[in-house]
Amino acid sequence: MSESRGPWSDAYRRLARNRLALAGAAVVALVTGLCFFLPALLGLDPATTNPSLAHLPPGSGHLLGTDGLGRDYLARVLVGGQTSLLIGFAATVASVVVGVLYGAISGYYGGRIDEVMMRFVDFLYGVPYMFLVILIMLLFSETARGNPLPVFLALGLVEWLTMARVVRGQVLTLREREFVLAARLLGAGDLHVIFRHILPNVAGIVTVYATLTVPAVIILESFLSFLGLGVKLSWGQLVAEAVGVVNPIRSYWWLLLWPSVLLATTLLSLNFFGDGLRDAVDPKARR
Amino acid sequence: MTSRGRAVTGVVGVAVATAGLAVALGPLSGVMLVLGLALVASTAWLGPRGARVVGTLLGTLVVFGVARAAWNPVVGAVLAVVFGVLAFRSLPTMVMRRIAFLVPSLVVLIFTTTLLMYRAPGSPFAQERVATPQVEAALRAHYGVPKSATAFFGIYMKRLVVDGTLGPSIKVQGRSVEQLLAPALPVSMTLGLLALVIATVTGLALGLRAGLEPNSPADYASMGLVLVGVSLPSFVIGAALMIVFALKLGVLPVAGWGGYKHLVMPAVTLALPYSAYIARLARGGTIEVMQQDFVRTARAKGASERDVVLRHALRGAILPVVSFLGPAAAGILTGSFVVETLFDVPGVGQWFVRGAINRDYSVVLGTAILYASLVTGFNLLVDLAYAWLDPRVRGQP
Repeated sequence: MSESRGPWSDAYRRLARNRLALAGAAVVALVTGLCFFLPALLGLDPATTNPSLAHLPPGSGHLLGTDGLGRDYLARVLVGGQTSLLIGFAATVASVVVGVLYGAISGYYGGRIDEVMMRFVDFLYGVPYMFLVILIMLLFSETARGNPLPVFLALGLVEWLTMARVVRGQVLTLREREFVLAARLLGAGDLHVIFRHILPNVAGIVTVYATLTVPAVIILESFLSFLGLGVKLSWGQLVAEAVGVVNPIRSYWWLLLWPSVLLATTLLSLNFFGDGLRDAVDPKARR
Repeated sequence: MTSRGRAVTGVVGVAVATAGLAVALGPLSGVMLVLGLALVASTAWLGPRGARVVGTLLGTLVVFGVARAAWNPVVGAVLAVVFGVLAFRSLPTMVMRRIAFLVPSLVVLIFTTTLLMYRAPGSPFAQERVATPQVEAALRAHYGVPKSATAFFGIYMKRLVVDGTLGPSIKVQGRSVEQLLAPALPVSMTLGLLALVIATVTGLALGLRAGLEPNSPADYASMGLVLVGVSLPSFVIGAALMIVFALKLGVLPVAGWGGYKHLVMPAVTLALPYSAYIARLARGGTIEVMQQDFVRTARAKGASERDVVLRHALRGAILPVVSFLGPAAAGILTGSFVVETLFDVPGVGQWFVRGAINRDYSVVLGTAILYASLVTGFNLLVDLAYAWLDPRVRGQP
């Protein structure tokens, strides 16, 4: 073979061969596209109530039926998906930025700084994270109730811990490598070494963990919604609402089914993609 | 990595953190929080001897406090002395180091929780019907809830350390937090432990089975099941179980607490996501160990397949699972907030959620202390078990 193959193109090849992972990526892209473009395209409105049309089963004018206030369920499911996906991705980005910087600094400087910084992470790990999340949510309970912003802040704040640990572990070994020594002997400053030589080498594993963080965040958000502390409209909130009206007399199965199916499909696909990515980036860590 | 760079980073980091917290929380609280965190971090400097002394002292204090609250001061003193002597002489340094770290962290946790609660809008007395300032002041004095967070922290810590009590509940008239949590704790523990056992046993069995024959139909079937477990929030699974087993078939009660039948659905719901995750870990561990040379050697020696699986594969499957048990226990506790609410189980999680929404400060702090101690205590046990199972870790301090 004449062309040189770096680790990235190797990983890309392995990923391209993994059909399940590709299908996962495609489904996520499809669901995201539907949620963000379909409501505007069809002129759907998730908020208009119409008591005479309450609890309509799927079909007949409303493709997925209506909820207890006569709102179009297709619109609600799609717009709810926007919030869920947005929170999932935004909280992941926040956790990546904080976790990578924190982990890189801790691992690169090592010694006492590392000890102290990791003690702090250990401390936060010892607190059941739902506590932190619920307490942070309470701060915003009147000023921004139902807004996605506090939810994403709270979730990002607990999700960066794992990222920081993973990155720190990688950096600890990377900083002993020859190319880091070479760069430092050439007079490169700490920041230069961290950003140009160390971080590019942890990009792979960070991508993998980020992909697996998105579904975790979406599930956590649905927990919050279930406890009545989440956002106004999301998949989790729709499912929670549907679970609330489960009763032995009449079943409104579509209220529970549609958001659950979309939620499960998205999470499943994200997990497939994340696993495939992990196998591609780090074939030895097949788990 | 130069020592100058390290020092500069350290100083800048502490300065930025202090300034940020002081601006966000007010000068007194900010500085107190930084001091508390510094105290927690400073346990990193303890040598083996120092960790032993500090760990024994703090551990003895905690044992005394708990035993005094549970029985009486005499029993507390006896147990504390017994613990102190035994711990100082025979507990591994790792454990002592952990205790020396945990007790200050618990104090910082109490302080942080107090700050967060006080910054949340509303107060425990906001909904009182007769909320004249005089009445509110009298109520605040009665329950020991002054208007400033730091003052409350002082009162709470004094109550906890000197009087050995978690204080009165503000919202449930005439009951102390201990009285509220004492019946709830066994409920949550039963549910949590049962879920953990279900998750571990089913996860190990599925993962081992899948890992012994990777890419077989059995592998795909169990991994498919696993992915469903990972991809659905537990309350959806719980609701589905409820519809099928309670509403349609009528074999299990819908919700509540009482006989063993009430346990089934909450425990399964709680266990399923973790069972799935454990199955994945066990599968990976099994595949890895089955490719090792010593497995080939065992086979070459003529060991039966059953021996190979029980002696080697099982150990490979268990090791990654054991290290996950700590996070799994924490996750199950968290999940119990949701599952207890869904199935109306009178456990600790319900008290936390209710306390947080009603701003019942002492109930929130009590559950926070309880949960944090459970999680960290369990993590400690897991680390000990891991060291015992994996000889490679055993030698390390």
